[in-house]
Amino acid sequence: MGLSLQNINKMVGQEIHLENINLEFESGSRNVLLGRTLAGKTSLLRIMAGIDRPSHGKILIDGEDTTGVWVRKRSVAMVYQQFINYPSLTVYKNIASPLKVSGVPKPEIDRRVRETSKMLHIDDLLDRLPAELSGGQQQRIAIARALVKDAQLLLLDEPLVNLDYKLREDLRIELQEIFERREAIVVYTTTEPAEALMLGGNVVVLDEGRVLQTGATPDVYHNPANTKVAEVFSDPPINYLHCTVEGQTARMGENIEFPLTNHLQSLPAGQYTFGVRSHHLSLNRTSTDDTEIRTKVQLAEINGSETFIHANYDNSRLVVQKDGVHPHRMGTEISIYIHPSCIFAFDAAGVLVASPALNRLGV
Amino acid sequence: MAHIELNEIAHSYNKNPKDDSDYALKHIHNEWKDGGAYALLGPSGCGKTTLLNVISGLLTPSQGRVLYDGKDVTDLPPEKRNIAQVFQFPVLYDTMSVFNNLAFPLRNRGIQESEVKKRVMEVAEILDLTPYLNRRAAGLAADAKQKISLGRGLVRSDVAAILFDEPLTVIDPHLKWQLRHKLKEVHEQLKLTLIYVTHDQVEALTFADQVLVMYEGELVQIGTPQELFENPKHKFVGFFIGSPGMNFLACTVDGNTARVDGAGILLDDDTAALAQKAQGKMEIGIRPMHLEVHAESVKGGIPATVKSVQDQGSFKILTVNMAGHTLRTRMPEGQAVPPNEAWLRFPKRWAKLFVDGRLVNK
Repeated sequence: MGLSLQNINKMVGQEIHLENINLEFESGSRNVLLGRTLAGKTSLLRIMAGIDRPSHGKILIDGEDTTGVWVRKRSVAMVYQQFINYPSLTVYKNIASPLKVSGVPKPEIDRRVRETSKMLHIDDLLDRLPAELSGGQQQRIAIARALVKDAQLLLLDEPLVNLDYKLREDLRIELQEIFERREAIVVYTTTEPAEALMLGGNVVVLDEGRVLQTGATPDVYHNPANTKVAEVFSDPPINYLHCTVEGQTARMGENIEFPLTNHLQSLPAGQYTFGVRSHHLSLNRTSTDDTEIRTKVQLAEINGSETFIHANYDNSRLVVQKDGVHPHRMGTEISIYIHPSCIFAFDAAGVLVASPALNRLGV
Repeated sequence: MAHIELNEIAHSYNKNPKDDSDYALKHIHNEWKDGGAYALLGPSGCGKTTLLNVISGLLTPSQGRVLYDGKDVTDLPPEKRNIAQVFQFPVLYDTMSVFNNLAFPLRNRGIQESEVKKRVMEVAEILDLTPYLNRRAAGLAADAKQKISLGRGLVRSDVAAILFDEPLTVIDPHLKWQLRHKLKEVHEQLKLTLIYVTHDQVEALTFADQVLVMYEGELVQIGTPQELFENPKHKFVGFFIGSPGMNFLACTVDGNTARVDGAGILLDDDTAALAQKAQGKMEIGIRPMHLEVHAESVKGGIPATVKSVQDQGSFKILTVNMAGHTLRTRMPEGQAVPPNEAWLRFPKRWAKLFVDGRLVNK
């Protein structure tokens, strides 16, 4: 199956929710819609599902216009942020419900419910009611109900966002393994770069109702077309430093200068924004080519596996990501080192002009 | 400010508790030092709110005493303990100005207006609220409102401790770090006793000098963030702190070697010596980040197969199978992933031994 969105616009009152969306999806493909809150991810998913109609534009399935076709007539399944189940039905009946509606014979229903529930590790809960279960288990039921249909279009709208991070960890990995075995078009929305990368496949980066960039997920991550994409696709936020390039030298802040080599060598003179992801900044010198920024610790955030050191330099906020848990007192003087091979260069308009060579990052 | 002691505290919501499982708090005995920044961390239902209520005086424990600076306050209500609290949702007078909101706790106690003004101005300055003093609280954003809630605690010079119950829940994610920074700054400047309750490890580990991890009504570990990460004293801490959590493998110990279904893992001498005397269910625990993954056979390497790889940008998570067990490992961005076969090494420093769920150490 192929799904094609052509010139989709969505207006709600005077507000533009989606603008000029043109996208193609193929059977067996995994697709991530990546964007911040209110970027238009859910609006787009609802139009793909046939729950909402676009204000303009067409949805074609295998070349056929299905823009006005009722959602029940389409082969589509959707999982929402909130855990939506039938509260008075057992887990078994919840999962079986879409098959029952479409008149699948009982033995076939039984086989598919058991198979799907096993895949999501809820096969020992089939006689229970959703309210008796944890949030993680409830969302597993909703996912099982979506999977059991074997729909040609499987849509998931930030399905893990309301789960505790410990429950997310396993489900995130399991979902990836499940999607790999599916024939359907899978479309998954998220605000998290790490989740997008884990799912792989193709990514559509959305911002304020517009598509900023599409492509294979790792390619877009390593070559964000502009500063906006780099921001959406970096967590912690990408570090930006304002630089002036003259000849073979970059100058930033009051007194830092460094030579431009390799991928930065041929930058024409002018104003640039240099972007460096936080795990590429270091508190230790790693090579003689490193540029040093002297500053003070504002705060060290710790997430349990990594430490994020916040600091300021030249009116920019910098975040350094370090593996492990380390104490860094507020106000302590530190040096932050940047290796030039890790720098993304964006021109004055914010368009990417040079990105790090992957082999230099060891990717 | 006060030094708080919890003396042999236990609490059951059940009138006639029969066994351990009837207790929301099993046995809590510890001290909260004057001027310390503490976080109480645990999953929902672990008893952390019950413990907070015992400290604040909203709840009288079934057993044990609560002491403030050596004085027994177990039967005193919160208002007699000089406790300030900041809740999940800002509690303010919406129609009052920010100034009057901050002044309220002082005026309530009949403090002179000149002193009220002085304290309010000081606190507003610390919290960057000075420009908003004449604005009505109603129109402000959630983070400003939460700063006012905090300010209402700070204005009282006699406050014994400030208790925070998940205070950043309603704050936009990108503003959270600024408020965490502000809280840290306030603590450094004023050296107040701060107790912060949360289920969020980022908030607990970022805020506190000492983190108390709570699990099923028990304080399973008290330590610095680094200690919790590097030396979890209880399996739950290993699992709950860090993502993914610690790997655990059932084992037997034979001399200096822990045996896991045919695979041998070397222990350090101290652990091996202690293991000889220990009895119970033994497990090896190691954090995904500390497992070494090699693409080729190395000395001491245990063969494993790579089942799946999750790229998360700055690192990759590998799911591997070793001697019939599933393990998670974590590799930095720059390191190449072995395609099928891999060899795992457990550095002695990071291979921890647990007996009946608790760390074996000195």
